[in-house]
Amino acid sequence: MPRLAALLVPGLLIAGCVARQPGPASPDQTLVNKGSDTIVNLAIAWAEAYQQVAPEVSISVTGGGSGTGIAALINGTVDIANASRQLKPEEQAAAEANGISPVEFVVARDAIAIIVNPNNPVDRLTIGQLSDIYSGKLNNWSELGGLDRPIVRLSRETNSGTHVYFLEQVLRRGDRANKTLFSPDTLLLPSSEGITTEVRSNPNAIGYDGLGYVTPEVKVVAVASDPSGPFVRPSIESVINGQYPIARDLYMVTAGEPTGRVLAYLSWIMGPEAQRIVSELGFVPIS
Amino acid sequence: MSETTRSEFVLTRLIKAAGYSSILFIGLIFFFLLREGAPALVEIPLGSLVAARWYPIEGFFGLLPLIGGSIVVTIGATFVAVPLGLLTAIYIAEVAPRPARELLKPLVELLAGLPSVMLGFLGVVALAPYLRKLLDLPTGLAAFTGSLLLGGIAIPTVVSVAEDALDAVPRTYREAAKALGATKWQIIWRVTLPAARSGVLTAVMLGIGRVIGETMAVMMVTGNAPVVPTGLAALFRPIRTMTATIAAEMGEVAEGSVHYHALFLIGILLFLISLGINLLAASVVFRQRTRAERVLS
Repeated sequence: MPRLAALLVPGLLIAGCVARQPGPASPDQTLVNKGSDTIVNLAIAWAEAYQQVAPEVSISVTGGGSGTGIAALINGTVDIANASRQLKPEEQAAAEANGISPVEFVVARDAIAIIVNPNNPVDRLTIGQLSDIYSGKLNNWSELGGLDRPIVRLSRETNSGTHVYFLEQVLRRGDRANKTLFSPDTLLLPSSEGITTEVRSNPNAIGYDGLGYVTPEVKVVAVASDPSGPFVRPSIESVINGQYPIARDLYMVTAGEPTGRVLAYLSWIMGPEAQRIVSELGFVPIS
Repeated sequence: MSETTRSEFVLTRLIKAAGYSSILFIGLIFFFLLREGAPALVEIPLGSLVAARWYPIEGFFGLLPLIGGSIVVTIGATFVAVPLGLLTAIYIAEVAPRPARELLKPLVELLAGLPSVMLGFLGVVALAPYLRKLLDLPTGLAAFTGSLLLGGIAIPTVVSVAEDALDAVPRTYREAAKALGATKWQIIWRVTLPAARSGVLTAVMLGIGRVIGETMAVMMVTGNAPVVPTGLAALFRPIRTMTATIAAEMGEVAEGSVHYHALFLIGILLFLISLGINLLAASVVFRQRTRAERVLS
């Protein structure tokens, strides 16, 4: 925590400068990095390790959600936005209206783990079943071979990139014409930790979280694209070989083609040292 | 002489300005809310606002679940805070021996200083799992949990204001009642409480105001599911309040978007609800005073 605070304090100072002088191109050696809560721990670890590589660059990292980071990039208050999804067309349009052409870089991959309470006997689900659970068609665990208990659906808030990804790839199964929505009684929790806490203590709950956030106190369910299988549990291997069906790219987004210290930082992130940190934190490296 | 009058002039004006500044602030806040929120009424058809689904990222802006959620939690919290708060105030002001009273008053005021995020954390970790097991609910993250927590948050407000009001009732009232042979309970119920009625009512209204505006604790423990509450069972289901919606979504919206305007519209609603509660309190207090004056004259 003290190290985190040290990273955030320069962030506050920078925020002051940026407010006075808009535009990410601040002349000093600072980098402002904000966005996805999924990526925030990884981004902090990178920023810390980068101090060894380039001590003169100070990087401030904050979370808040992919939407928050992209909004900040569009408003010109950050150098790099972290996003667990690609930009929406309306964000793209808003950026262009502000004279910014965002460029996305895949910096890591992530599996979305489906988690349930360890006392829940259900240990495998298909994407179709997940879609039916979250859209409200399945309401009791007994319909899925579990105990006669109500299903309590947990999700991240709508500003989370993970929420949007889950909606598009699981509820709607990647079909753009599909207009399935989350059941209104889905609990929208403000943080990944909130989901883990509730799943840990509540045998009725089902939730989803980035693989990096899964703790040993919850049970990870094996997932298959269709009922014939194979049912795969999320891991670095199963994401790399493409077997785990709910995996996605994580992005860093810059305003225009990166130059100078932003470019140097991004090149370092693509390199072996930074990608080793990716796997240490439970994410999946890009190479 | 002229020195004194000049400084008096300056001081009077300063105090006057301070007094009027709160009106100015309220006016500015309302103007700002109106400017940012009113476009939502044009952009979103009324039929879509008075609908049962709130899912802003897909363009669903139904406000019913949010208004309903706030109402359910507020009613629940009022049922916790008002009886407990008033009883505590009566005990402190009327019954408790001096040492207990001197211990209780500062403790209650200390309770008022607890940050609500801390209570919310306790709610998530301790209260919600306990209530789920105790009441056999699907999940402990429900309106009821929020009501208990918010009730707890509002109790110090109710106690503090109500106790002051009871304390301000002249001792002669109680002595006169005692001389007529009234028991302790009769004095409290028939003399002190009615005499302090306007202050007690203010305490209740301030407590309700505290509850409806509370955000952090409620966002942590009510589950934030935008379901329209129907019937008593809704108290034991997850709900989503107006305040939690603003807090959870404001950080993410693009300035000037429909969603942004819709969130400010919720702000206007909250403002009007608080204003309504205060006007109601003021009107009741006012009616009470005129009747008292009539009796005295």
